[in-house]
Parts: sequence; structure tokens; C-alpha cells
Amino acid sequence: MAGLTLRNVGKRYGALSIIQGLNLDIHDGEFLVLVGPSGCGKSTLLRMIAGLEDISEGTVAIGNKIVNDLPASKRELSMVFQSYALYPHMSVAKNLAFGLQNFKMPKAEVDRRVAEAARILQIEKLMDRKPRQLSGGQKQRVAIGRAIVREPKLFLFDEPLSNLDAELRVQMRAELASLYTRLGTTMIYVTHDQVEAMTMASRIVVLRGGKIEQVGTPQELYEKPQNLFVAGFIGSPKINMLKAKVSDNQAVVDGLPAFALPTLGTTDQELTLCVRPGSVRIGSGKVTAEGTVKLVEYLGNETLMHVTLSSGQVLLVSDNGKVGYRTGDPVTIGFDPFDLHYFNAAGQRIEPIENEGIIQ
Amino acid sequence: MTLAHEMEEAARVAHELRVKRDQRARMGRLLKHLFLISVSIVMLYPLLWLLASSLKPENDIFGSLTLWPTEFQWHNYVDGWHGLPVSFTTFYINSTIVTVLSVIGNLISCSFAAYAFARLQFTGRTFLFGLMMMTLMIPYHVVLIPQYVQFLRLGWVDTYLPLVVPRFLASDAFFIFLMVQFFRQLPRELDEAAMIDGCSPFKIYWAIILPLSLPALGTAAIFSLIWTWEDFLAPLIYLNDIKSYTVPLALRLFLDQEGQSSYGQMFAMSVLSLVPVVIAFIMFQKLIVRGIATSGMK
Repeated sequence: MAGLTLRNVGKRYGALSIIQGLNLDIHDGEFLVLVGPSGCGKSTLLRMIAGLEDISEGTVAIGNKIVNDLPASKRELSMVFQSYALYPHMSVAKNLAFGLQNFKMPKAEVDRRVAEAARILQIEKLMDRKPRQLSGGQKQRVAIGRAIVREPKLFLFDEPLSNLDAELRVQMRAELASLYTRLGTTMIYVTHDQVEAMTMASRIVVLRGGKIEQVGTPQELYEKPQNLFVAGFIGSPKINMLKAKVSDNQAVVDGLPAFALPTLGTTDQELTLCVRPGSVRIGSGKVTAEGTVKLVEYLGNETLMHVTLSSGQVLLVSDNGKVGYRTGDPVTIGFDPFDLHYFNAAGQRIEPIENEGIIQ
Repeated sequence: MTLAHEMEEAARVAHELRVKRDQRARMGRLLKHLFLISVSIVMLYPLLWLLASSLKPENDIFGSLTLWPTEFQWHNYVDGWHGLPVSFTTFYINSTIVTVLSVIGNLISCSFAAYAFARLQFTGRTFLFGLMMMTLMIPYHVVLIPQYVQFLRLGWVDTYLPLVVPRFLASDAFFIFLMVQFFRQLPRELDEAAMIDGCSPFKIYWAIILPLSLPALGTAAIFSLIWTWEDFLAPLIYLNDIKSYTVPLALRLFLDQEGQSSYGQMFAMSVLSLVPVVIAFIMFQKLIVRGIATSGMK
């Protein structure tokens, strides 16, 4: 097991800069998830850690050892690929043993590790099959098996669940999480699926355009997003964003009555106020407004309503589903300014100085 | 009419229609096969003529129009085998040596070069690949004389070296191109997984790329085998001693003989010269099918 230290890491392809000056400390035994929209550099970063891409600038250290110039095979890590990348011409057993044999491990030890991995992943019965005779979930297990037989210091996962159907994905997610608990090895996991990120991560790194937007536990990211991008990226259904003009410590939002702001310690005249759909209520709240139901999405445990305000802006409201609203119905929505997230003109989070101040 | 009657009637009509449709379909199939068979007879005629001529008496070959021999001259085969100063056993051994070495050389060297072009990063890769592709466009006859001079200076004329050594130096751009195209469609993640699994570039080539490329290797092997076995020009130029002649060169000797021409024997030996090619084709074709079957990427 080992932690990982990235210092001023950058990646360029010619003039194109993919990752710039990235600093990150990954703790020993941590399940770190890299998440971000496509093209944000998360896979590139993972491949740089793996040794599959050159590091243009900065250093990557596993444990205390700088590995920039170390080939992938010497970094004591293993990787699970999105396509599984099982060797099609080898049996499952051979797929698992291949890496170990390359490292000239004694046969008895290879057999022991392969058997152990097969037992953990319950693929003993598949050992003689070729990859093409396996289902997607089984291939996934074999791919994970190939990673764990190496007993690496570091596991890398590159969107490993994205080729599975929804049900299997949920199941494999739980299995990966329990595998992590069992092995306790440092894991770095790349995904664009925020549910995977939220459910499995010790910490999440949100990347955009090759830069870190925020690092934190799933709870920190959800409850205290540091900027508008993270606020919009984490959380489903998506957070509501309202543009507000500030005058005399009053927030003026189109379609809403003006309401008092807490002390924010900013002189910006234009703020963005964000509120999660779950914090918006039907019928009541400290700040209320009239709107029209535009769309109702019934999800069983909750109902998602798209409400058009008089300004034309659409607010997402998550309700427990007992109120039977229909498209076109007038509705009163409300929220508590206490539940708002405040972002300044530059899109950075502002923390209210004293929260009591909000209550009118 | 009762309902039962009506239903019976309907069933009868349906049956008639079905019979008619089946008849039409059978007729169509028959015509299609007649057409295909007649076309294949046209295609096969020269081969049949060769086969028939190998069994005919000497004066029947160009004299009679029928394919069927008036009497079967099986001894053409025995006489032909020993009809030249050196027996065909020697020619077959010679051809086999040259062909086997050429096929092995082509497979090893071309796949090696193709792996480099398809997977390795090195300066001038695109330029060199383009240069290699350009050699595809140079007719063999253009380089014939410079090549001869070169091998003459090396003292290789009248040995098999000029026929075999170039094969080990990836001289056949067509096979390299064929394999590059095949290697490129193998997922790169396999290479990367193997890299993490501790494979050197050579090990990736040997343990991952080659076993997955059996179809391409099989194709290259077949073509390489046929082209070398049938090659007339290169052996003609480089081999002077009759003891080192390959089969196609030897066949020509039947015509060179003065006095009596022995076409029957020549055609008999020509038929025999086709046998190894056909056997090899059947053999490698199995390999191709198996290769495709083992490469289920997804």
C-alpha cells in the first residue's frame, strides 16, 4: 500500500495543454474518485499515474518514490480498463496468471494467488473459459481478478463499470466497495458518473479543463460546493441556480419577491444563489413565489416537478410525491434562505458570516 | 356453404399457392445453379485441359478436341518424374527449401516490421512507412538488374541466398501493409494491460499481437507460399546449375529438349506441381478460420 503525491503535474500534446499545474495528495488506503465531464483530463491523469502516458511536467510519486521515469510494470500498480482488455486468446486462468508469470514468480505462488482471486470474485467455475465465452459482468470480475492477483500498492480503475447495464452496475459497485473494504489498498477510480463517485469515494476530486475544481469527501462536495461548477456537477437532480442582484443587503431575483440576505462579506452586486431541488418546498417557505407546473416526473419515492416562475426560469422541485399536481397547474413554491448556497460574481462560494442574520 | 366448407376451400387454395411458390423457387434455384455451373466450367476449362493433356498420348494433345483421352497414358507421370537429367525429387526438395524458408522469413520479418509501424513510436515513422508503401509501386523488373549486380558482387549467384535472404529482411511491403492494417485494429488497451503486466515491447508482440493475428499471418503465409512456389523469374535469373533448379524452372526443360518434345510429361509434372499449393491452401485456410474464431475481442 502507498499514498501518492502529485506535484505541479502537467500534460501537453504539442501546443494543446490537457492538464496544468495539478497538485494532489492521495492518502495511503484511500478510495479516491476522479470525476468530471468528458475531456476534463481525468483519464489522462490516471494514465499518467499508471505510466501509460508521459508526464510533461511536474512529478508523480508513489510512496516516497518519484516514478516519472519508471515503466508501468515497475510501478507496483494494476489497472482495470474500461474495455476490460482481457487477452482474448488466453483462458481466464491464463489471463490471471499472465502478469505474475512475467514477473518470474514461482509457480506455487502464482497458483495460490490465482486461486485466491478466483475465490474472492467467485469465478472458479470460469477458469477454463475464454473471454468471449463470458458475460459482461463475468469479464468485469476477471478484469478485477487480474488486478488483484498482482497484490499491488495501488489500484487504478478507468471507468470500469460504464460498459455494464444499469442493474449489473449497481451490483458491481457494491462489490467493488466491499473489495475495497477487504483489501484496504489505495484505489484511484475515474468515472463520469457522479453516483459512482458519491457512493464509493473516500474523497472525490472534481476536474474541469485539466484543473482541480474541488477535492473533498462526498458530503463536503454536496453540502459545501466551492464553486458553481461543482455545485452544478454534483447532485442529482441538478441544483437550481438563480441570478440575483444585491441592493441594501436585499436579494432581487426575477420572479421572486425580494428577500434579505445574510451578511456575506462581499461587495459584489451580482450573486448566484443555488438551492437543491430537495430544499424547495411546495406551498410554504420563508420565501415563496407563484409558478406553473411545466413537467411532472414521478419516480416513486419522489416526484420531480419542473416549475416555471413568472420570470420564465424553471425551478426543479423534488417532492415526496403525495401531492398530485399536473402539467399546467398553478403552484406555490418556497424555500428557506438558510438552505441557499451563495456564489460571488466569479462563481466562488461565499460563506455567510453569521447564519442567524437570515431570519427576518 | 357451411363454415367448414369455406375453411376447407381456403386451405386448399393456400396449399395450391404454396406449391406454386415452391415450384417457382425451385425453378429459380435450378437456373441460378445452371448459370453458375456453366461459368465455373469456363473458368475450370484450362485446368481440365491440363489434367486431360497430362494423360493423353503425345499426338492427341494438340490434335484432338475432346477432353477425354483416347487411351490413358499414366506412364507420363512416371516418365516425367525421371524424364530430365535430374529427377523431380530433387526439384521438389529445392522448391520446398526455398518456399519454406521464404514463408518463415516473410512471416517473421514482416510481422516484426509491421509491429513497429503499428505500435512503436520512433522518429521518422510516417516517412519510413510512406517510403515502404512506395516500394509497392516499383515493378520488380525495374530493380532486377541492380539487384542482380548486388548479389553477383556478394557472390550469391547460383545459391538460394538471393531468393531467401531478402525474405528475412521484410522486403515484401505488401505483407507488411497487410499486417499493419490488422495490428492497428487490435485494441491498444491490450498492449497497455500487457505493459502493466510486465511485458516488454517484444513480449507484447510475441505473446499478445501474434497469437491474435493468426488470420493475417495465415493470409500472408498462403500468398507468400503460392508466390514463391510458382516463381519463375527469380530462380531463372539466380540459379544456373540444374541440380539446384526449382520445379517451375525444371518444367521449362521439357520444352528445351531437342528432338522429341514431351508435352505429356510436362503437363503431368505441371499437374503435380499444383498439388503442394492446393494442400497448403487447404491447411492454411483452416488456420484462418480458427484465427477468426479465437479473436473475439468483445
